[in-house]
Amino acid sequence: MTAIHDLDYGTPASESTTLVTLTIDGIPVTVPAGTSLMRAAQMAGIAVPKLCATDSLKAFGSCRLCLVQVEGRKGFPASCTTPAEQGLQVVTQNSKLAQLRRGVMELYISDHPLDCLTCSANGDCELQDMAGAVGLREVRYGFDGANHLKAEKDTSNPYFTFDASKCIVCSRCVRACEEVQGTYALTIDGRGFDSKVSPGQMEPFMASECVSCGACVQACPTATLMENSVIEAGTPEREVVTTCAYCGVGCAFTAELRGAEVVRMTPYKDGKANHGHSCVKGRFAWGYATHPDRITKPMIRKRITDPWKEVSWEEAIGYAAAEFKRLQAQYGRSSVGAISSSRCTNEETYLMQKLVRTAFGNNNIDTCARVCHSPTGYGLKQTLGESAGTQDFDSVRHTDVMFVIGANPTDGHPVFASQMKRRLREGAKLIVADPRQIDLVRSPHVEASYHLKLRPGTNVALINSLAHVIVTEGLVAEQFVAERCDVESFRQWREFVARAENSPEALEDVTGVPAAEMRGAARLYATGGNGAIYYGLGVTEHSQGSTMVMGIANLAMATGNIGREGVGVNPLRGQNNVQGSCDMGSFPHELPGYRHVLEDSTRALFEGTWGVTLESEPGLRIPNMFDAALEGSFKGLYLEGEDIAQSDPNTQHVTAALEAMECIVVQDLFLNETAKFAHVFLPGSSFLEKDGTFTNAERRISRVRKVMPPVGGKADWEITVDLAVALGYPMAYSHPSEIMDEIARLTPTFTGVSYDRIDELGSIQWPCNAEHPAGTPVMHEQTFVRGKGRFMLTQYVATEERVNQRYPLILTTGRILSQYNVGAQTRRTENVQWHEEDRLEIHPHDAEERGIKEGDWVGIVSRAGETTLRARITDRVQPGVVYTTFHHPESGANVITTENSDWATNCPEYKVTAVQVMPVFGASEWQSRFRKFTEEQLALLDQAGAEAQG
Amino acid sequence: MNTEHLVQMANQIAQYYAVFPDHAEALDGVATHLRRFWEPRMRAAMYAHLDQHRGQGLHPLALEALTSRAEQLRPAAPAAKP
Ligand code: SF4
Ligand code: SF4
Ligand code: SF4
Ligand code: FES
Repeated sequence: MTAIHDLDYGTPASESTTLVTLTIDGIPVTVPAGTSLMRAAQMAGIAVPKLCATDSLKAFGSCRLCLVQVEGRKGFPASCTTPAEQGLQVVTQNSKLAQLRRGVMELYISDHPLDCLTCSANGDCELQDMAGAVGLREVRYGFDGANHLKAEKDTSNPYFTFDASKCIVCSRCVRACEEVQGTYALTIDGRGFDSKVSPGQMEPFMASECVSCGACVQACPTATLMENSVIEAGTPEREVVTTCAYCGVGCAFTAELRGAEVVRMTPYKDGKANHGHSCVKGRFAWGYATHPDRITKPMIRKRITDPWKEVSWEEAIGYAAAEFKRLQAQYGRSSVGAISSSRCTNEETYLMQKLVRTAFGNNNIDTCARVCHSPTGYGLKQTLGESAGTQDFDSVRHTDVMFVIGANPTDGHPVFASQMKRRLREGAKLIVADPRQIDLVRSPHVEASYHLKLRPGTNVALINSLAHVIVTEGLVAEQFVAERCDVESFRQWREFVARAENSPEALEDVTGVPAAEMRGAARLYATGGNGAIYYGLGVTEHSQGSTMVMGIANLAMATGNIGREGVGVNPLRGQNNVQGSCDMGSFPHELPGYRHVLEDSTRALFEGTWGVTLESEPGLRIPNMFDAALEGSFKGLYLEGEDIAQSDPNTQHVTAALEAMECIVVQDLFLNETAKFAHVFLPGSSFLEKDGTFTNAERRISRVRKVMPPVGGKADWEITVDLAVALGYPMAYSHPSEIMDEIARLTPTFTGVSYDRIDELGSIQWPCNAEHPAGTPVMHEQTFVRGKGRFMLTQYVATEERVNQRYPLILTTGRILSQYNVGAQTRRTENVQWHEEDRLEIHPHDAEERGIKEGDWVGIVSRAGETTLRARITDRVQPGVVYTTFHHPESGANVITTENSDWATNCPEYKVTAVQVMPVFGASEWQSRFRKFTEEQLALLDQAGAEAQG
Repeated sequence: MNTEHLVQMANQIAQYYAVFPDHAEALDGVATHLRRFWEPRMRAAMYAHLDQHRGQGLHPLALEALTSRAEQLRPAAPAAKP
C-alpha cells in the first residue's frame, strides 16, 4: 500500500511538453499530451475507480473498473490506457458505467474473504474503497463457489506477509517487481480463475530471487502483501517526510506513525532521488532505533578497565571538557581532535569541525570520508574544480553508455541500480570494470557489453589503456577539449597516454584484461552516445585512488562526456551524508566549502563570524592521528557516529592507538567497538530523533525531520553545543535551521539554502545561490568550476602490497545489500536473516588447491594480522582473488587489511591485501582476544546499569 | 611519528609527480602537497629524518623537494606546543 495520505493518479506523469485541453465531466483540464484519461481526471479532482492501475506503474488495463465514456467514440474505453487528446469530452459517471463497474466488483468480491473489520488493511484497502465507490450492495454469485479463501499465507519474509487468499490478481506486484525494482522475482502462474501470484517457481519469498525492496508491497491494493509492522500495530495515523539514513542515494521516505511509534516507512513518491522506490534497508531496517541495546544514559569512567558509571548529562559533558582541557595544558593544543561521520547530519558535522577549530583551537578534525571517498574530493577538485559528482540521478535516463567502475550498485546503491537497470532495459549499453562479477553484469534483461575483469590494484593501468585507445584511434572530442579544457595540460596528457607503454597490449599482463576487450570498451564509451561513468570505492580505496579519480575525469573530458544531461563523472557515495560531511569542512585542511586553511581570506571570513583566531596549519588526518597517538603526542579524541575500531584498516594498530590515548569520548547509539576503548559515552540520537539535513551523492540537500523524541534526551547537535560551551566556546543555536543559516552565510555554494527553501522545493542540489536559485542538477555546463578543465598525468604505479609465495592471494572487500557498513544498525534488525555472517569468497581452483570445501572455516593471514571466516566457493571471483564483506566485528576483516593508503589523501587501500588462506579448526588469536575483551567490556557496561539501579 | 610510514607516504607522492615532464613543476607539486596536507609534526619528523639520517630511503624527488623547499616546508619548532 502506498503511504496512507498519498494521492494516487493511477498512471505515471507524461513527460511531453505539448499540452492538450479536454473536458472531464464538464470540467476543462489541460494536461501534457500522453497523459491518461484517468490521470487527467484525477488532476481535475475526479477519482475514477481503479484496481489494476497505480501511478508508479505503466497502465495495464486488466481490471476494467476504470471504464469511461468518450463522446463520439464507441464502447467503454479503460481510462488508464486511453491517452488524453485535444477536445475530448469524457464522462466518468453515469448509470451505465456504474452498472458495469458494479458487475466487475461483484466478481472480485465473490472470491475475497469478507473479514474487512478484522483485516489489517481495514481503512487502507483499495478493494474496500472501490466497493464503496461503485456502490456495491450485493454479490449475486454468492460466496460458495470455487474460491481461494483457504490459500496458505507465506510468512517467510521477516518484514511482510503474503496472504494469497486476499489476492485479486491485479498483477500490480508483478509489474512493480519488474518495472520499478527490475528483479523479476514474481510471476503469475496459471490462467483465468486458476491464476495466482507467486515468487519464483512457487517458492516462498525468502527462497526466491526477491530482495525485499518492498515495491510489490507498496503496489498491492489489498491486504495480500502487507507489512508485518502494520499487521501488528495497526494502520498509521500521521506522517512525516524525512530522508533515509543509510546509503548515499538518499531516498525520501514518509515515516508513518501511530503516536510516537513508527509503523511503516514508505518511500516518498515526490522524492527526487528515489521517485517512490526504496530498498530493504531504508524501508524495513529501522527497528534498531528502539533496540534494547541503545544506550540512553551518559556514562564515564577513568580507565577502560573500570566499570562504566551512569551520570547526568552535565557531569558527563563537564568531565569530557575538563579532560580535553587537561590534555591540552599538558601535551599541547594539538594533542586533541575529533572524528565525525557521514552518518551525521550536515549541521552536526559543521558543528563538530567548528568545535575543533574554535574550542580546541586546532584543525585536527577528520571524517570517515577519509577512508572512502577522500580521493574523489581531491581528484575532482584538481581536474574539474569541484569536489563533487557532476550529475543528478535522473541524468541516467539520457545515458547511452554506462561505465561502472569499482562499484556494485545493486548492493551498495540499490534504488539507483533499479533506475540504471530500467535504462539498460531500454537499450543503453553497459561496461563494467570490476575484479568480481557483480550482479549488474548479468541480471534479468540486462547484460554488460564488456566486463573488464581486472586484477585488484591495476585501475590506473586500465584507465590509461582506455585513454590510449581514445587518443590513438582519433576518438577525442577535439572541439570540446579545445573550447573547454586547459590546452597545455591536454597536450601533455595526450603525449603521455599515447606512449606505447600505455597501450592495452602493453598493459594486458598488468591488468589481466585482454587488449581487444579494452579496445572495444574504449570505443564504445567514446562513440556510443552519451557516456556516463559511475564509480565507487573500488576506485578510491587504493594506493592510487586519487590518480584513478583524475584518470576518470580525464577520460570524461577527452570524450566530451561532461557538462550536460546523460553524461558525467558520478561517484556513488557509500553512506548517506558523505558528500555533506565533506562539504561541511570536515577535513583537517579545509574549512566549509572546500577552502584551504592556508588561505588568509578564508580564515578571515570565518574568524569574523566565529570570533576566534584560526590555526593556519593543516591538522591530522585519521591515520596520522593514530600514528601521533602511538608516538605520544595525540591524547584525546571526540568521535561522533564513527566506529574506527571496526571500520578502519589494521584493527590492531587502531586499537593500540586508542589504548595509547587518555580521553576518548564516543557519541553513538550503541556501545560500538570503539566505545569499548572509551572514557566518556554520550548517547546519540538516530535519524528519527532529530532535525537536520543530509546531502546525497548527487549533491541533493534533503531534510531529516524529527519523528520521535531523542531516547537519550538530546539531539546530537545539542550535545556538541553543550561540549563547546563547557570547553569555553559559546554556541547559541535554538534549532538546526540556524546552523544551516550560518553555513549559508559562510559558503558561496550554499547562499540560497535554508530550511524554508528546502521545504519549498522539496530538496536542493548545491550550488544554490543567486546564480542558481533553485539549485544545480548538472554541473560544469558552460565552463568548469575551475575555469578550464585540467588534464592530470596518471602514471601507473604498482601497489607495494604485492603477492608473493607467503601471501599468494589478493583479498578485496565489499558490501552486501542487506547490511550497512559496520552493521551496527542493520545487525540489530531482521536483515541478519539475509547475511548472518561475513564469508570468504574463493574460486573453486584456489579452494581445491588448499583442500577447502564450501562452509569450511579458513584462516586468512596477511602482513597485518590473521582472522578466520567460513568459505564460500564461487567463480564470481577470479583465481588468485578472494573477497569478503566487513559487516560483523568478530569477522575481523580489518584485522587483515593494511595501512597502505592513497598517496594524496591517505584513504586506506582496503581493496588490495596480499593474503594466504588455509583451512583451520579454531578462531584466530585475535578473535579469541576480541571475544574475551568484548565479554569484559559488556560486563563493565552491565555494572553501569546495575549501579544506577542499586 | 612513524618515520618509515612517512617515508613511504612521501615516496608515493614523489612517484605521482615523477612523471611530470617539467622538473620544477614536479618539485612544486611534491612541496605544495606536503605543505597543504601534512600536519606540522609530520613535516617536522620528516626533517628530523633528513637531519639525522640524510633522508635515507626517500625517493630522489621527495628528497629534493624537502631540501630545496625547506623554507616553505620546515615547520617552526616546536610544532605541537600551545
Ligand atoms: S519485495 Fe521487491 S524484489 Fe521482492 S518480490 Fe517484491 S518487488 Fe520483487
Ligand atoms: S498480491 Fe496484491 S498486487 Fe499482487 S496481484 Fe494480488 S492483489 Fe494484486
Ligand atoms: S539504503 Fe539507500 S537505496 Fe536503500 S532506501 Fe536508503 S537511501 Fe534508498
Ligand atoms: S484501472 Fe484501468 S483497467 Fe484496471
